Amino acid sequence: MEIASQQQMSSPQAFPALSPLAPETAAARVTIRNLNFYYGQTQALKNVSIDFPDRRTTAMIGPSGCGKSTLLRVLNRMYDLYPGQRAEGEVMMNGQNIIAPSQNLNHLRRRIGMVFQKPTPFPKSIYENVIFGVRLHEKLSKAEADERVEWALTRAALWGEVKDRLHSSASGLSGGQQQRLCIARSIAVRPDVLLLDEPTSALDPISTLKIEELVDELKQDFCIVIVTHNMQQAGRCADQVAFFYLGELVEVGPSSQIFTAPRERKTQEYITGRFG
Amino acid sequence: MPDEPKHIVTSFEADLKKLRDMIATMGGLVEQAVADSANALLNRDAELAARVIEHDPQINAEQHAVEQFAVRLLALRQPVADDLRQVIQALKVVTDLERIGDYAANIAKRSIVINQVATRFSLSGLGQMALMVQQNLKSSIDTVGEADPQKAIAVWRADQMVDDLYNTIFRELITYMMEDARNITACTHLLFIAKNLERIGDHTTNIAELTYYAITGENLPDFRPKGDQTAAYTHPANG
Repeated sequence: MEIASQQQMSSPQAFPALSPLAPETAAARVTIRNLNFYYGQTQALKNVSIDFPDRRTTAMIGPSGCGKSTLLRVLNRMYDLYPGQRAEGEVMMNGQNIIAPSQNLNHLRRRIGMVFQKPTPFPKSIYENVIFGVRLHEKLSKAEADERVEWALTRAALWGEVKDRLHSSASGLSGGQQQRLCIARSIAVRPDVLLLDEPTSALDPISTLKIEELVDELKQDFCIVIVTHNMQQAGRCADQVAFFYLGELVEVGPSSQIFTAPRERKTQEYITGRFG
Repeated sequence: MPDEPKHIVTSFEADLKKLRDMIATMGGLVEQAVADSANALLNRDAELAARVIEHDPQINAEQHAVEQFAVRLLALRQPVADDLRQVIQALKVVTDLERIGDYAANIAKRSIVINQVATRFSLSGLGQMALMVQQNLKSSIDTVGEADPQKAIAVWRADQMVDDLYNTIFRELITYMMEDARNITACTHLLFIAKNLERIGDHTTNIAELTYYAITGENLPDFRPKGDQTAAYTHPANG
């Protein structure tokens, strides 16, 4: 009995690590080197080099137009949909340069999930929303599909709330639930990287906290990159924070360092609200 | 920090300035208390000593006011980076200032006792130490809210001279006690006064360390050469 209780005491559950490992100790899932991006003649990213570590959350902050959302769009090649937009440089993932023309976009987008500012559920049932993307890439039996839906909804902290109405319309969910459904849909295909573009800007504070808690949970399995205008959120969610200004990466570092002692003056002026 | 662009929210700017002003006010009261307690001792002025003791609660009240204001700033403004460091500095500096106020009050109390016993030796060493401590205290309070880390380092280093002087005074007072047992009462009180001044010096260096942190975001090294060697002192006659 005593031995059992001692074991319990020393188990990781009983004493979770006080602070997560520093970002630099995690292997990079995505390595970006000298990335330049152009909207026609306008250069939106200038020589950006940054690593996104695996099983860590990276927050990108900066004023509107600084390039952070552009960088997200580069990561899943969304810009390919628009003529005149082009990227140069290296964005390495699993040994491949994902911005190379030879890159298979369907494969890429399975490995990189994205969640947008406003919830974007399909006009289908909750179940169909989650399994839709999976069916594009995998052939699953009914039992396997059920299992995948439950897994994704559980990981997205939504299972308990929707398990009795999986076949009702997703549009009946609240905004916060819809956003968690979109996260479930993204992770159902088991991507390597999850991109979140201001995922809570349209949500109430409690739904926001639920998403933040979810991000904390999900980073155990994924590399997460989040764009946010909420500085406190960046501090709460992220292991590392990157500050962009006018298309340049000004500073990247552990969030505790960025918010207590940023190295760059521009970062300090932005996060303390002295900009302009 | 003063040379930075102003905050977009002007009321936050005003709050941070108010915080600096509150520390300057409290610092002024504490400086006055230390100066008055030293003068009370050196000039045998019991009335002045009584005033120092009487004013100590005012210093404590200032400490509470700063703490409350700083907590309010943390809750409502959620400061980060240098703003956060300024608020943390304020919270910690007032603790040091309050302790310095206590030491000044203790010096004042002991000076009243010393007034009542005859001393057949000079207090010039203590006077010199008090002056040095006051200068360092003023410099350290002046650095709060300034943007020059070198000034903070200068104050931090200057305490070594206070410690050296304290060692000398300690030995001197032991000698007086050994020479004549009738000196023991006065010298014991004077030893405590010297120790109080030495402790004020240490708290002064804490303030300089906090200023350095507020400006740079980095800590000064933990190890500052400590000059107080009296803990290991034995008089040659006993050795």
